[in-house]
Amino acid sequence: MKSFKIGGIHPEENKFSKEITVEVFPLPKQATIYLNQNLGAPSTPVVNKGDVVKVGQLIAKAEGFIGANIHSPYAGTIQSIDLVPDAFGFKKNAIVINVENDEWAEHIDTSKDLKKEITLSKAEIIERIKECGIVGLGGACFPTHVKYMIPENKKVEFLIINAAECEPYITIDHRMMLERAEECLVGVNALLIASGAPKALIGIENNKPDAIAHLTKVAAQYPKIEIVPLKTKYPQGAEKQLIKAVVNREVPSGKLPIEIGVIVNNFTTCHAVYEAVQKNKPLIETFLTVSGKKLTNRKNYQVRIGTSIQEILDHVGIPEDTGKVISGGPMMGKAIANLNSFAVKGMSSLLLMDQKESKRGEIENCIRCGKCVKACPMGLEPFILAPLSDKKDYESCEKFGILDCCECGSCSFSCPSYRPLLDMIRLGKSKTSSMIKARKG
Amino acid sequence: MDINFILLASAVLGGIALISAIILFFIAKAFKVEEDPLIDEVAENLPGANCGGCGYPGCRGLADAIVKAGSLEGLNCPAGGSDTMTRIAEILGVTPVVSDPVIAVLKCNGTCELAPAKSFYDSALSCAYAATLFSGESGCQYGCLGCGDCVNVCKFDALKMDPVTKLPVVSEENCVGCGACVKACPRLLFEIRKKGIKNRRIYVACSNIDKGGYAKKNCDVACIGCSKCVKVCAFDAITVNNNLAYIDETKCKLCRKCVTECPTNCIHEVNFPPKKEVKAVEEVMEAVN
Repeated sequence: MKSFKIGGIHPEENKFSKEITVEVFPLPKQATIYLNQNLGAPSTPVVNKGDVVKVGQLIAKAEGFIGANIHSPYAGTIQSIDLVPDAFGFKKNAIVINVENDEWAEHIDTSKDLKKEITLSKAEIIERIKECGIVGLGGACFPTHVKYMIPENKKVEFLIINAAECEPYITIDHRMMLERAEECLVGVNALLIASGAPKALIGIENNKPDAIAHLTKVAAQYPKIEIVPLKTKYPQGAEKQLIKAVVNREVPSGKLPIEIGVIVNNFTTCHAVYEAVQKNKPLIETFLTVSGKKLTNRKNYQVRIGTSIQEILDHVGIPEDTGKVISGGPMMGKAIANLNSFAVKGMSSLLLMDQKESKRGEIENCIRCGKCVKACPMGLEPFILAPLSDKKDYESCEKFGILDCCECGSCSFSCPSYRPLLDMIRLGKSKTSSMIKARKG
Repeated sequence: MDINFILLASAVLGGIALISAIILFFIAKAFKVEEDPLIDEVAENLPGANCGGCGYPGCRGLADAIVKAGSLEGLNCPAGGSDTMTRIAEILGVTPVVSDPVIAVLKCNGTCELAPAKSFYDSALSCAYAATLFSGESGCQYGCLGCGDCVNVCKFDALKMDPVTKLPVVSEENCVGCGACVKACPRLLFEIRKKGIKNRRIYVACSNIDKGGYAKKNCDVACIGCSKCVKVCAFDAITVNNNLAYIDETKCKLCRKCVTECPTNCIHEVNFPPKKEVKAVEEVMEAVN
């Protein structure tokens, strides 16, 4: 079984919601769409207060090289463009829409039929992905079209589709593989044309045998697409680890995967690509898992962006002793500080942790057991990096390779002294990179 | 063991030591760095805390700069204060530049009671990290996070975390205004201000630039930018920018009109005697009772 070689852990899988079909979440009465839904610069609004918009109409334009368009997920009136606190309490510019009905813009094909034939050319596909504001739905929200702006001297040899879903609890990619396999594979084909790669490899962890079987069956009609079962090990779905596992190549430190002829995309992103390329439908929805140990009414939802998180949670019913709500997986996700915030692109799950799970253990001294070193998939030494960042010695941090940290959290997970290793390293990483930026001038 | 071995070893090692000493003596003469003895003398009179408040790397750095400049213009040791600077002026034989004593003030008063927590933070105890994660337990994204980065950097034992309010408290006696806390706070909540006449000073204890309504939602004592203080001030000392008032200490005459005018009590007065009118009311109340 293929896997990355160094480090890795195996947390409890807790994939409770893998049998539950994806439901469409009902439209809210009022929605708030943040203007920074992607990595990079926030978008600029192109609508004004009082404007009437249709579903799929452009409401904010991409800014800068790394940016993505935002389209209205609702038909209604723009109530205001104002600062609204986001999930972490920071105020962000947002467009508030009063939802009136569900009338789609005319240029979008809203039929449910599967459209296999791709008629667009390479450049047209990339342009369409850019127009439709597609970002990576794996969590980082990197604008997808930027990945396909391949430098002249580089050639894509492999397109890798990340369907590992190594984070515990989350099952949305799993459900997409079972329910929307046909659509997603057309999306993969579109990406194959866009990248010019001869082959696409879909990496899936072997804890999803039904998904592997189903995808293999569907993929039989596409000779360019191959399914690669992977060992169940965290973080199998981290970009660099996935590349190592699937094609046994290593991305050089500080470089992008394109350096070794690889592009990686998330599986659910392929669904968005399919809808953009074949149906002209922009990215206005996110697919998310709502799960938790104490939660009985677990769900896989198809949610329009801008839906209130509180509303989603009220729909499933928050268990009494919920201590924490996490956006994203339990390993890499962030705890939500403000539930009166709104769903964004790439929000892949909402996890409800009970009181006991939410609390961290008492921090003890480092006993030099080396478990973090063994767990680190990047071959770093977290027990050295954490105190170095804590003591603000960013020169040494750089020397010990802090910038290679992929923030997977395996070190904090494996620490028997409950030291907040990743927290310290993450801070050190951002300070180190700003130090390097300042040095370059 | 033969005694000769010991004698031989001593002779050889002693010889090497002697030759090295002679070589080192001449090298030291040849490469001697001429340094003004004044630098040593000045450095001895500085506090030696190496706090960096003067802007130079350590006390010796400042001593070096003072001696090189030959005057005290623009050079000041905030930790030592005017006593130290007068002594140094005597050593150099120049006129002392007297600067007013300063102190750090916290521009936040969001205590646990006045700005109740809406979420609970349980991670690395560092404000620098917490500031990247979320807005703060109260929801105010400008206020104190309460993890104590400022307390950790203070070299003069002048900052303590109040366990009840979860806000740092500046000690009047110990704070020298070195500015280490100003640099450490990720929310830029500290300001170095003049201690003022009789240690009396007035400042706005808030850094929230949100619109009034939203600011008040998160914190009872937030500045809402209502400009009442600007209108009442007879000395043009107060300005409101971005929904936040600021009192210019050079213009403020400590009349305290703004303190009573402020509807959210975010303007603080320090070390003033209780107001007479207030006393009168209390006396009346007592008399009634």
